[in-house]
Amino acid sequence: MKHRLLFTGKKLIRMALLLLGVSLVAFLLMSASPLDPLKTNVGQAALGSMSQEQIAKLEDYWGVNDPPVERYLGWLGDFVRGDMGTSLLYRQPVSQVIGQRLQNSLWLMAFAWVISGVLGLTLGVIAGANRGKLADKLIRGYCWLISSTPAFWLALVLLVVFSVWLGLFPIGLSVPIGADAADVTLTDRLYHAFLPALTLSITGVANIAMHTREKMADIMDRDYVLFARARGESTRSIVLRHGLRNVALPAITLQFASISEIFGGSVLVEQVFSYPGLGQAAVNAGLGSDLPLLLGITVVSAAIVFLGNLMADLLYGVVDPRIRRGAART
Amino acid sequence: MMGWNGRKNALLLLAVAALVLCVVTVAGGLLADRAMTTDFTRKNLAPCGAFLFGTDWMGRDMLARTLAGLSLSIRIGLLTAAVSAVIALAMGVASAVFGGWVDALISWCIDLVMGIPHILLIMLISLAFGKGFVGVVAGVALSHWPSLARVIRGEVLQLRGAVYVRTAEKLGVSRLTIAGRHMLPHLLPQFLTGLVLQFPHAILHEASVTFLGFGLSPEQPAIGVILSESMSYLTTGKWWLAVFPGLSLVLVVVLFAAVGEQMRKLLDPASVHR
Repeated sequence: MKHRLLFTGKKLIRMALLLLGVSLVAFLLMSASPLDPLKTNVGQAALGSMSQEQIAKLEDYWGVNDPPVERYLGWLGDFVRGDMGTSLLYRQPVSQVIGQRLQNSLWLMAFAWVISGVLGLTLGVIAGANRGKLADKLIRGYCWLISSTPAFWLALVLLVVFSVWLGLFPIGLSVPIGADAADVTLTDRLYHAFLPALTLSITGVANIAMHTREKMADIMDRDYVLFARARGESTRSIVLRHGLRNVALPAITLQFASISEIFGGSVLVEQVFSYPGLGQAAVNAGLGSDLPLLLGITVVSAAIVFLGNLMADLLYGVVDPRIRRGAART
Repeated sequence: MMGWNGRKNALLLLAVAALVLCVVTVAGGLLADRAMTTDFTRKNLAPCGAFLFGTDWMGRDMLARTLAGLSLSIRIGLLTAAVSAVIALAMGVASAVFGGWVDALISWCIDLVMGIPHILLIMLISLAFGKGFVGVVAGVALSHWPSLARVIRGEVLQLRGAVYVRTAEKLGVSRLTIAGRHMLPHLLPQFLTGLVLQFPHAILHEASVTFLGFGLSPEQPAIGVILSESMSYLTTGKWWLAVFPGLSLVLVVVLFAAVGEQMRKLLDPASVHR
């Protein structure tokens, strides 16, 4: 138990250092940008008609003249105290913007994460256990095609088919247009989140299924499977008793590694469906040079990804007793 | 007379896919002018005999625009995949050969880059380079190396344990010479397949970032631009603006993936006859 704690503690420290690195890299990239926040947000024409004083005031607001080191240290100091600054575009505290947006996105991402994980694992196991047969070929073809399809285009096609042609689903947003916030029901939210979540799930399945198939096919080549066959076990029981257990570890890695991908996909999909989630906020922040918000989103999403990795590491121990003892020693 | 076998099959597939991609690249380059021609007498035409992909609201031929966009995408894909593969090779080899703090630092960098969601990282790098062509190339090139670097690092670590490498070390051969003479030849197949398998990712990410508005500028004939423009016309039923360009992009990516897959098979003789 003590070893487990030590292991977790080490991981947590590494995670904190990585997050620090992420925030520094993101900050450096953003402050290296030659794009002038005034021009992008106020517009060249409006700038020309402004007085020097007004421009100076705006420059002050967008933090153009502060030296980068000072800005970063100031940001970091506030961040450690739990203050992520104020979003320049939304004029709200960054933590509030992220909190709201994350709530919307979490619906999508959680749904897509579970569906793509379960479906991907199932398809991967089926394909790997029946290597070379029809089921394998079909599943591989599907994965092949989907992993070559840009998520945003798939979203566009689903939008055209289901929303424009069939009129089954709304064209965008997360709640009905013009509805009072209090009147929005859970059904409304699910109804609006369905197509984006479907897109994310469809694209998420491919990667997980492909890798699970590789592992499963590997396992089916092992001696213990051959021996089980010689004992007269059916494929079904081999898969259930020998396959699933051995495929569990890589499956956990894949499942938690897919968080990053699902987040990336959600940025694109939210843009197509104008779904007010974290991804859309990131795009707006990037296009509008909203440094505090983009920095906040980057750090929060990286933290989610790292937490996912940490959970995978911890789950290994739960699933595999050999690692439970082994990891303690290293 | 040699019979038909999996190897020849792979070679044929590889040649056909590569040929199609070359044709698309060249055709797109030649059609670049035609893609920009506007003609308001023929705007918003649905796909027909003369315009297979239809025309847009400025009367531009969508087929020409799509081909020009694909050509640009392919060229960007080649450039970025090559750059990031070279970075991956350098990082992976340095990490495994020097070990110690170099390895720790590079592993940390890999974790760092992989920790930021990919699209977000490309957005950030593209912003740092001022968007546009340079931004998107830098963004895609500088964000795709970690996974290949990890593979190469693992490979080199294995090679370091090999008897002939250890013998060379004992004989006092310098690390650089060992890396160049004994390790690189082994890494080349891994590197080449890794390189080719990066094309699809690179192209997809280029299109995605451009679609979001962080990549190529709107006047360039890029697939991402075409698709993001089409968003405003989809609800009025102009489905061809989005469907065909996207489908062509999928086709190109599938072909690139096929080239990579066949190359992997050819370089790994054991798997080709399965």
